[in-house]
Amino acid sequence: MSAPEPAAAEAAREVWRLLARVPDPEIPALSIVDLGIVRYVREGADRRLHVGITPTYTGCPATAAIRTATRAALDESGHRDALLEEVLSPPWTSDWLTPEGRAKLEAFGIAPPVAAAAALRGAGGPARCPRCGSLSTERISEFGSTPCKAHYVCSACREPFDQFKCI
Amino acid sequence: MSAPAAAPARGDRALGEALFPYVLRLADTSLVLGQRLGEWIGHAPALEEDLGLANLALDLIGQARLLLTYAGEIEGRGRDEDALAYLRDAPEFRNLALAEQPNGDFAHTIVRQWLIDGWQLEVYEGLTGSADMRLAAIAAKALKETRYHYRFSSGWLLRLGDGTAESQARAQQALDSLWRFTEELFAPDEIDERMAEAGIAPRLGAAAGRWERRIGQELRTATLTLPERRPHPWYGKCGVHTEHLGHLLGEMQHLQRTYPGVSW
Repeated sequence: MSAPEPAAAEAAREVWRLLARVPDPEIPALSIVDLGIVRYVREGADRRLHVGITPTYTGCPATAAIRTATRAALDESGHRDALLEEVLSPPWTSDWLTPEGRAKLEAFGIAPPVAAAAALRGAGGPARCPRCGSLSTERISEFGSTPCKAHYVCSACREPFDQFKCI
Repeated sequence: MSAPAAAPARGDRALGEALFPYVLRLADTSLVLGQRLGEWIGHAPALEEDLGLANLALDLIGQARLLLTYAGEIEGRGRDEDALAYLRDAPEFRNLALAEQPNGDFAHTIVRQWLIDGWQLEVYEGLTGSADMRLAAIAAKALKETRYHYRFSSGWLLRLGDGTAESQARAQQALDSLWRFTEELFAPDEIDERMAEAGIAPRLGAAAGRWERRIGQELRTATLTLPERRPHPWYGKCGVHTEHLGHLLGEMQHLQRTYPGVSW
């Protein structure tokens, strides 16, 4: 395939900017781009824009809402013929959260994830309390109010908080 | 959304006929176990465990949806995930009979979960290298979730087993009553063999050894005793179920059976 034409590249950049304004329904402080679930925006051989989105967790109830919101954002901005595709492989990892996404999470009161590979080995390090910044925290449960969060309590300020799970 | 990955097996009709029930085994085990876990919501011993079991159920039902959608495509008769979940009768379900066993007490639920989590760990890990790209993708996704499910269930097995006299007795009782349903987990039948020969599924024989070593070690730490293996007649993966599945489906399918096509 030859290099993409400038018009197609510009359209893809515009769609990225557009998707960066589509909020996650469960954690509206984050956009779907911050979450790292938009895998690609590119022009296909059929000359149409293809947008690839990957689910975070197989059972995440937000997946359908994200699909609807993304479709609506594309339609409203004149990209009715853009194709929305579900991408399963490679599976999403919390490592794909953008640095901006991590900062927004912490400001929202949710501890950002640590590196998933290290966390899986049990060497991920503690969650940092989003309220007082202490690293002296304790995990209460690997499960929380949504599939993507684990439940912690801070030993310093005693505030309970969520951590974005590391997978 | 369109799903671009296609199964290499689909061109081969005979293989496709074995692939359909094979995918149903995975899908139905997740679906039925997810439905069972959902019965705990609002009843678990502590809020954290209530949330934990509900989260497990959510993941399992998510896995079932991906797998049932794929099964429907393989079958090619226009059945989608909902038609397969809500409009099949018990003998058409291919879940492990273990998954349909009633929740019992918390120890029964944990032992059942730990046994199936261990099976899923082996099967999903093997499937990540499947010649069927779609199954490999679903397995890689599901495996991440199964790993923390296993941490949850094996953590609780240890706390119950190596806990009080009461919790130890209950965990042992649960193991004694559920163990008879585990023979089919790693005993390959014709479908398992054909999937393994085609490079689609892992060989169950090799996985069985790893699984038995792992659970043997964890049971010793939890001060629990592995019961003797006895042959048993319930092979859910071949459609031979216990009476419990019919009751579970009665509740799960009630709405679609009574008001066909209803949605909200």
